[in-house]
Amino acid sequence: MLATCLYTVATRVGANRIVRGGKFHHPFGNPDLPPREEYAFRYAFVQQTIRALCTPVQQPTVFDVETSVVA
Amino acid sequence: MAEPLRVVHYINAFFGGLGGEEEAQTTLSLQDGALGPGRLLEQLLTDEGQVIATIMCGDGYFSEREEAVVTQVQGYLRDLKPDIFVAGPAFRSGRYGLACGRLCLEAERLGIPAVTGMHEENPGSDLYRPAHLYIIRTAASAVGMQPALQRMAALAVKRGRGLPLGTAAEEGFLPRAVRRTVRTGIPAAVRAVDMVLKKWRGETYRSELSVETFEIIPPPPPLSDPRKTLFALVTESGLVPRGNPDRLPAATATHWAKYAIAGMDRLVPGEWDGVHGGYDNTAALQDPNRVVPLDAIRALEREGLIGRLWDELFVTVGNLGSLNAMKRMGAEIAGLLVERGVGAVILPAT
Repeated sequence: MLATCLYTVATRVGANRIVRGGKFHHPFGNPDLPPREEYAFRYAFVQQTIRALCTPVQQPTVFDVETSVVA
Repeated sequence: MAEPLRVVHYINAFFGGLGGEEEAQTTLSLQDGALGPGRLLEQLLTDEGQVIATIMCGDGYFSEREEAVVTQVQGYLRDLKPDIFVAGPAFRSGRYGLACGRLCLEAERLGIPAVTGMHEENPGSDLYRPAHLYIIRTAASAVGMQPALQRMAALAVKRGRGLPLGTAAEEGFLPRAVRRTVRTGIPAAVRAVDMVLKKWRGETYRSELSVETFEIIPPPPPLSDPRKTLFALVTESGLVPRGNPDRLPAATATHWAKYAIAGMDRLVPGEWDGVHGGYDNTAALQDPNRVVPLDAIRALEREGLIGRLWDELFVTVGNLGSLNAMKRMGAEIAGLLVERGVGAVILPAT
């Protein structure tokens, strides 16, 4: 699955499972957060990518990271 | 009457008359005069040009030794100093098209105007059009040899004599991603409204700019059990080991590389460089896991939430990537992953 913040490009190109990420220069990061929180965000994001891979889809589908998930 | 232009022609071994399986491995050679389709090319050039030499190579030989062949051809071109370099036409033959494109690029770099021809869907066309090469649009097969060579000869003469060229449609070459400002005498707003009215009325209209469409890939079924799945990390973010050992370019990449990540619990800042020219690499360099989340994936591995991560990271640079180059690289990487039993890919993209 594709992890990117440019989800509109991703859907147009036809990637089927897309997880919407942090800013495009750090899809799995958030430098505004302190390191522990940033890692928690990344961990939640990676969990979401696994969930997306386990979800049936019929067409390009965008999944969001649930920021409420606790590491 | 001006002197005939001195033309060097490149053909593959198949068109050089060496049929059969072995022809793909034919060694590079340089011969005087025209050979194979070069003879028709010469006829079509009439007294404007003459094929002084033919460079011939098997497509397999070329693709396996591209850099060495290029070096030799550069040598030939420097010695012969032709006015024009013509390659192909390659029609739909992929390796031939790639070879023609590469050699035309090298000729242009040596200051020799180059012309080739191939079918629009030849991988060589998408790869080399953005390099602003002149690629005549041809039919899918050698059935279209005559019209292809006719247009190639005409374009070659114009370029060789420094004559002004028409648009891609007029000269018959594939659009080169070059935009020329042309005065139409009609403001864009008026043209746009006229176009939309035609479209609305169901009349034919012609777009000024055509938008690329993408093929639909049916989604694979979901993973039955991630805990039993082998995952792989593939990225276009251009995150490479310090020093960029495989020289991935900042843009328009045509190759990819793989790097060992076995035993790594995370990506260590300082050990990785960001070479992708399309985004600010600062955040990535401070903590590469922000782009390739190895630390979090390893955590999931340890916790048994995923099966295992394949111990190589696949990297290319997606900046200004040619669609066909990316398709080819994707297919190459996917082929390797399938062989290794990888069931899922996480693809960080920037």
